[in-house]
Amino acid sequence: MQQTNKLRPFFENLNFERDDNHMVINFGPQHPSAHGQLRLILELDGEQIVKAVPDIGYLHRGMEKMAENMIYNEFLPTTDRMDYIAATSNNYAFALAVERLLGIEDKVPRRAKVIRMMLLELNRIISHLFWLATHALDVGAMSVFLYCFREREFAMDLMEDYCGARLTHSAVRIGGVPLDLPEGWLGQLAKFVNELPGNIKDYEDLLTENRIWRMRLEGVGVIDQEMAKSWGCTGIMLRGSGIEYDIRKEEPYELYDEVEFDIPVTDSCDSYGRYKLYMEEMRQSVRIIQQLINMYDETEPQLMAHVPQYISAPKEDIMTQNYALMQHFVLVTQGMRPPVGEVYVPTESPKGELGFYINSQGDPYPYRLKVRAPSFWHCGILQDLLPGTYIADVVTIIGNTNIVFGEIDR
Amino acid sequence: MMRPYQPKENVQKKAYYTDRFWVAPRIPEEPVPEESPYADDLAAVKKVCKVLNAYIQRGQLVIYVSHEDNVAALKALKEARGYEMLSELSAVDFLAQRGGFEVFYQLLNLSGARRLRVKCFVKENQAVESVEPLFRSADWAEREMWDLMGVKVNNHPYLKRLIMPDDWEGHPLRKDYPLEGDEFAQWYEVDKIFGKEARDIIGPENRDPGRVDRYDTERFARLGHEVPRGAPAEMADKEEETPLSYQEEEGVFLIEKFSEENSKVLDKRK
Repeated sequence: MQQTNKLRPFFENLNFERDDNHMVINFGPQHPSAHGQLRLILELDGEQIVKAVPDIGYLHRGMEKMAENMIYNEFLPTTDRMDYIAATSNNYAFALAVERLLGIEDKVPRRAKVIRMMLLELNRIISHLFWLATHALDVGAMSVFLYCFREREFAMDLMEDYCGARLTHSAVRIGGVPLDLPEGWLGQLAKFVNELPGNIKDYEDLLTENRIWRMRLEGVGVIDQEMAKSWGCTGIMLRGSGIEYDIRKEEPYELYDEVEFDIPVTDSCDSYGRYKLYMEEMRQSVRIIQQLINMYDETEPQLMAHVPQYISAPKEDIMTQNYALMQHFVLVTQGMRPPVGEVYVPTESPKGELGFYINSQGDPYPYRLKVRAPSFWHCGILQDLLPGTYIADVVTIIGNTNIVFGEIDR
Repeated sequence: MMRPYQPKENVQKKAYYTDRFWVAPRIPEEPVPEESPYADDLAAVKKVCKVLNAYIQRGQLVIYVSHEDNVAALKALKEARGYEMLSELSAVDFLAQRGGFEVFYQLLNLSGARRLRVKCFVKENQAVESVEPLFRSADWAEREMWDLMGVKVNNHPYLKRLIMPDDWEGHPLRKDYPLEGDEFAQWYEVDKIFGKEARDIIGPENRDPGRVDRYDTERFARLGHEVPRGAPAEMADKEEETPLSYQEEEGVFLIEKFSEENSKVLDKRK
């Protein structure tokens, strides 16, 4: 233990100088390839890793504690800061959890559902592009990074046109969406998704048969089925191990049971297989968005669920009707009071299963809110995945697991 | 005047007004229907241990068992009923009401796409058995639960704080832990870097450089026109001209005057 009145580096009694030939190194917390603030304590035998201890918590902001001190609507913008690469998926997961807690899930208007799904899939594309860009950069393919960020920029422009923010969207509300699509947005979205498959093909031309890319990824970070299940891997980490499970298909929410899309699966279990899944998932997202664009026109213009007990009435009602104004006032100043009970609601975020457990005791503040963030479990697996591999593969494996520290530490 | 009494065991924010006669509605707890997969799951658990309560809430089965039976129940569900994935594990603080925690295990059956929750109640001085031998993912989840809630776990391979620093005191997610931190938390950096004796020198207003107080918004709005705190009102109201000197006026190089004709409007990308 450190002397409390001395300014001295504090290494938790780590034995850096050892008698055997092993060496202990700190990978991070400030490392460009750690994708955030990950400190990995690696014990090396030559270049081979004998033991890996991930150390997290450098980005801990106590979001679950904050949630207990905020009304439900207040907390929604905070969820942006979890997986900040795809903020809408967090907003949506939280909104859906509260909707299921309130029992108003089926009252969300159809147009809101279509818009939410468009945003979710757009976020999936943004997140996957970001993943590919940074992962390729880590492995050494600089040009892919530049191309991916170009496309991501167009997708973020679309997000900006819709909600005004590029990174922290807060574009979903409990009970619907706040705004309809702006003029001409659908045309731009259609243009973007129609061009994207060509761009994905460009990335694949650069990478898929690239000798260096294959050497760095094939057979690296092998997660077999047992390990994936035992570690609670979800999303592409699970489907990369040959288990076909996508929450959008198996436990459909929104309109995912009405659109056609495929779930790519591979049983190669390695980083290269997962890379191929990411590319295929982007194509499937494009497919979903193309179907949604056609569905949008057939919907009624209502955007928020009509449940005046929990959700404010439309602005027009508030300004013209006394009781709607009173209810709105109570909802804004005190917040909605969901029934007593608890829910666990999983959604398929770009990184895996993002679930919210909410325990409500009938107060305007959640009694307990637990975020099941996929990256948390995908980061824990590093301590089993890294031993036996070489130090050069650490960067590949961390990049390939697609972890974001905003949601690991929360 | 005396301050109203505030209970110390729950310092979370509370509604400032609640109707005296308001009774919170409850989410219905439906009985488990016979001849359903959930009924078989429940029967499998009943075979190995005593089930205290079981119901379906919002489509998911919830099973209450004793805190000594958590491993047996999870093992039966994993091996006999195919609940191969532990998707979440944590605790809910009921120290003030019942003197303990509700620990929940959220399980997933991949082939049937079914989810259920096993719950047990642990007293503050009791411990739960680790489920890490069954599910490797419980390793970190139990560490997090110990770190943030202070629920003890027996036979965990490496029960060490996960998110908070190793030398932290207290468990931040407990209801009696204030949002802004207790005294230890508030002085943590100062104590650690400069020592406890520096507390008086540094003072509470400077101990946290990331702290945002209400004056920050005042100063923020007057960015570029700052006046010292406590300055007389006439000085604060008078806004000085921001000194700007353009390149054309032999001022700062590259700071040009804005002209609409020479500017290019990017109305479209690509």
